[in-house]
Amino acid sequence: MSLLLIKLKASLLAGRDKMFGPLIVKPKDSKGDKTGSWRTQGRPEYLHKNCIACRMCVMICPEGCVSGKEKNTFAVDFNYCKGCGLCAEICPKKDIEMVPEEQEGGEK
Amino acid sequence: MMENSPVFKSGHTACAGCGQAIAARLVIEAAGPNTIVANNTGCLEVFTTKYPETAWGVPWIHSLFENSAAVASGIEAALIYLGKKDVTNMICQGGDGSSGDIGLQALSGMLERGHDILYVCYDNEAYMNTGVQRSGLTPFDTNTTTSPAGACSSGNVRPKKAMPEICNAHGIPYVATASAGFPQDLTRKVKKAISIKGPKYIQVHVPCPLGWRHETNQMLTVARLAVETGLYPLFEYENGILANRKQIVPKPVVEYLKSQGRFKHLLNNPEEIKKIQEIADHNIQKYNLKVEA
Amino acid sequence: MKEFVEGSHAIAEIIKACQPGVISAYPITPQTHIVEDLAQMVSNGELKAQVVNVESEHSAASVVLGGSATGVRVYTATSSQGLFYMQEVVFNIAGMRLPVVMTCANRAISAPINIWNDQQDSISLRDAGWIQIYAEDNQEAVDFHLIAYRLAEDKRVMLPVMVCMDGFILTHGMETVDVPEQEKVDKFLPKYNPLYKLDTAAPISMGLLADPDYYMEARFAIQETMKESLGYLSEVSSEFKSVFGRDYKDLLVEEYQTKDAEKVIVAMGSVCGTIKEVIDEQRAKGKKIGLLRIISFRPFPYARVYEALKDVSRIAVLDKSVSLGAYAPIAVEIKAAFYGKKKGPKVISSFVGGLGGRDITLESVYEVLRRLTAKEVNSDFIDLKPELLKEEYDGK
Repeated sequence: MSLLLIKLKASLLAGRDKMFGPLIVKPKDSKGDKTGSWRTQGRPEYLHKNCIACRMCVMICPEGCVSGKEKNTFAVDFNYCKGCGLCAEICPKKDIEMVPEEQEGGEK
Repeated sequence: MMENSPVFKSGHTACAGCGQAIAARLVIEAAGPNTIVANNTGCLEVFTTKYPETAWGVPWIHSLFENSAAVASGIEAALIYLGKKDVTNMICQGGDGSSGDIGLQALSGMLERGHDILYVCYDNEAYMNTGVQRSGLTPFDTNTTTSPAGACSSGNVRPKKAMPEICNAHGIPYVATASAGFPQDLTRKVKKAISIKGPKYIQVHVPCPLGWRHETNQMLTVARLAVETGLYPLFEYENGILANRKQIVPKPVVEYLKSQGRFKHLLNNPEEIKKIQEIADHNIQKYNLKVEA
Repeated sequence: MKEFVEGSHAIAEIIKACQPGVISAYPITPQTHIVEDLAQMVSNGELKAQVVNVESEHSAASVVLGGSATGVRVYTATSSQGLFYMQEVVFNIAGMRLPVVMTCANRAISAPINIWNDQQDSISLRDAGWIQIYAEDNQEAVDFHLIAYRLAEDKRVMLPVMVCMDGFILTHGMETVDVPEQEKVDKFLPKYNPLYKLDTAAPISMGLLADPDYYMEARFAIQETMKESLGYLSEVSSEFKSVFGRDYKDLLVEEYQTKDAEKVIVAMGSVCGTIKEVIDEQRAKGKKIGLLRIISFRPFPYARVYEALKDVSRIAVLDKSVSLGAYAPIAVEIKAAFYGKKKGPKVISSFVGGLGGRDITLESVYEVLRRLTAKEVNSDFIDLKPELLKEEYDGK
C-alpha cells in the first residue's frame, strides 16, 4: 500500500501529464486466485482407462480448468480445481473418481 | 477453448459447483473472442472481476445493477457508428433479479428498439449475491430469506414471472430457455442466437448450491430434475412461434423438491406439493412437453 | 456564423459541429428542443450519429456511458427529475473517467412539481465528480459545449463535463449567437482519441469491484484531477480565444466591476445579466457595487474567489437553489474561501431567490442590496409572497 502512495506522491511532484488511478484491468495482467487451495474434501482422479474423449468434463467444469485432446489425456489443473465433483458426476464412462484430498499422491 | 488466451479464465472466486460459472463460461466460449460483454451487478460480476483480477478475456464492462441492457445498447450504437458491428457480437447479461425486476425497464427498452444484442439471464431464482432474497423469478413456495417458510407461510406466495413470454411479446426473433444441466443444449442455443440479427433473450436455469442447499456435485442432478419434472421447460420461440421444446417423460415434482434444502419445508405438506405439481402439469400441457407414446 | 436563434437550436448546432457518434436522451421540459433539433439533423443527413431514443433518463445516461466506453464521442441532455433519475449513472460515469458531455437545462425539482428555472438540479449533483460550468447567455452556452468536449477528452482530465444553462430563459430565449463554423471547430477540437476503450483487438475489463484496499485511490485520483482542472480550464480558455477570439479569461469566474467595490453580489448563470444592469445603474450614480460571476462551480475556484473579493467589505451571495436544513450551496463555498484567511469581507450574507422560476427582476436585485447590511443573514429568501405563507393545515 505504501509503495502505491510513494508512486502517487512522486508523480504528483513530477507534474503529471497522464490520468492516473486504479480503473481497468487487462486480462493478460490478471493471474487469478489460486482457488485450488479451497479444496478440503476431495479431488478428482482421472483414471485414464475408459475415456472416450466426449469432453463433457471439459464443458462442465465451473473453473474451466480441465484440458485434454485425445482419449485418456484429460487432466485437471489443481491450482484452480475447487473439488466440486461435477466432472466425476458427468463422466458417462465413470472414468473420474473423487478421492480424499490427503491421499492423492498426484500432481504438483 | 483456447488455453493461451481463454475468453473465460480460471482463478475466479465463484463457489465450488456454481451453475452460473459454468453457464457464463459456456456462453462466452460459444460466442467467441469477437464479443463485447456488458454485465449487471451480481454474483457473476463480483466473482469474475475483483480488482485487480479479471476472468474475462474479452472486452467487458460493468456499470450498475439494472442497466447492462442500456449500456449494451450504447456499445452497439457506437459499434455501428464505427462500422464494426458486423464483426462484433454484443452480449449483455445478469441474474434473474437484475433482468426481471430492477432491470426489466432497460431490458424492455433494448428489446423494443431492436438492437442486435443477446441478453442472457442467469436464473438462480433469487437475489443470490446479496443473500438469497426473493425475486420476481423465485418459484412458488420457495424458501428464501425474504420469503421464508415458517409457521404461517410455505415460502414465496407468487408464481414465477414469465420472463421468456414477456420478452417474446416484444416481437423479437429469438427467445429460449436453457439449463446448466444441459450444457451442449445451452451452447447450441447461444450459437444459434448469435447468428440471428436483432434482440435475443436466453434464460439459463443455473442451480446455486449455496442458495438452493444441495451438494456441489448434485448441480447436474438438480438442474436436470427441474427440466424433467416440467417445472423448468426448455423451449425456443422463433419469431414469436413456439418452435422447439425438450420433450420429457415427466417425473413427479417431489423428486425435484427432495433434492434441495430450499424446499425441505414442503416435504410433509402434500397440499403444497399438489399445487406445485399443478404448475408442472400446466407447463407440460402448455409447451406440449410430454414425449409422444 | 451569427444567427438569431432559439438557444436550444444554437446548442444543437454546436453539438452537430462536435460530431458525436452516439446521442441518447429522454424527453423532459425544457431540454426537448435541443434533442429534437439534433434528431432532425440526423434525419436530414447533416449529422452522422446513432440516435438512441431510450425509455428513461437512467438508460439515456447508460447508453452514453456504453458509447463512450467504446471510444466514441457522445452527447446527452436532461433537466431536473431526469438528472435525478440518472444520478447513479452520473456518478458511475465520473467514477469510470469517461469524457461524456451533458447539457443540463436547469429546472426546479419536485415536489411540488415545477418546470421552470432554478439551479437545484445540477447543484444537487455537485459531488458526482463532473466538471460543472454555468453559462450566462446563449453565446456562452454554445462556446462552453465546445470547451467541454475539449476539456473532458484531455488525457490529463478524462472527466465528464456538465454544461449548465438556465431552462427556458436560455434554452427557449432568442438571442444573436455566433455559432462557430465547422472548420474552426475542427481546429479547436481534435478527433476523440480514447485513453482506453472496449475493443476486441485489445480486451480490457471496466467497472471492477474495488474493495477497501483499492477504492480510495480511485476517488483520490479524481479529486486530484479536479484540482488540476482549475488550471486546465484557463489553458483551454486561452486556446479557445486564439481560435475564436472570445475571451473567457480563466473560465473560473468573471469579475464585473469588482476592483474597488465595497459591495459585491456573487451569483451564477443568466441572473447575472440582470445583476449587471443594476451594477451599471448604481455605478452611474457613484455607488461602488460589483458582481462576481461564478462560471466553474466544480471544481470550485476558492483561491480565485479569495483573490477577487478579499478587499470587499460586504458580499451578498444570491443562490438559485437551497440546501434544505443548511446554508445555501454557493454561499457555503464562498464562506469557505475566506475562512482562516487574513483578509476577507466583514459580512457574507446569503440570499435565496428565483426558485421554481420566480423572476429575479431589477427590483429583486435592489432588494438584495438593501438587505446587505452590517448584520449578516443566512438563506434569506427574497420575493416571498406573504399571503401564501398564511395557508395553514389543521387536518379538519
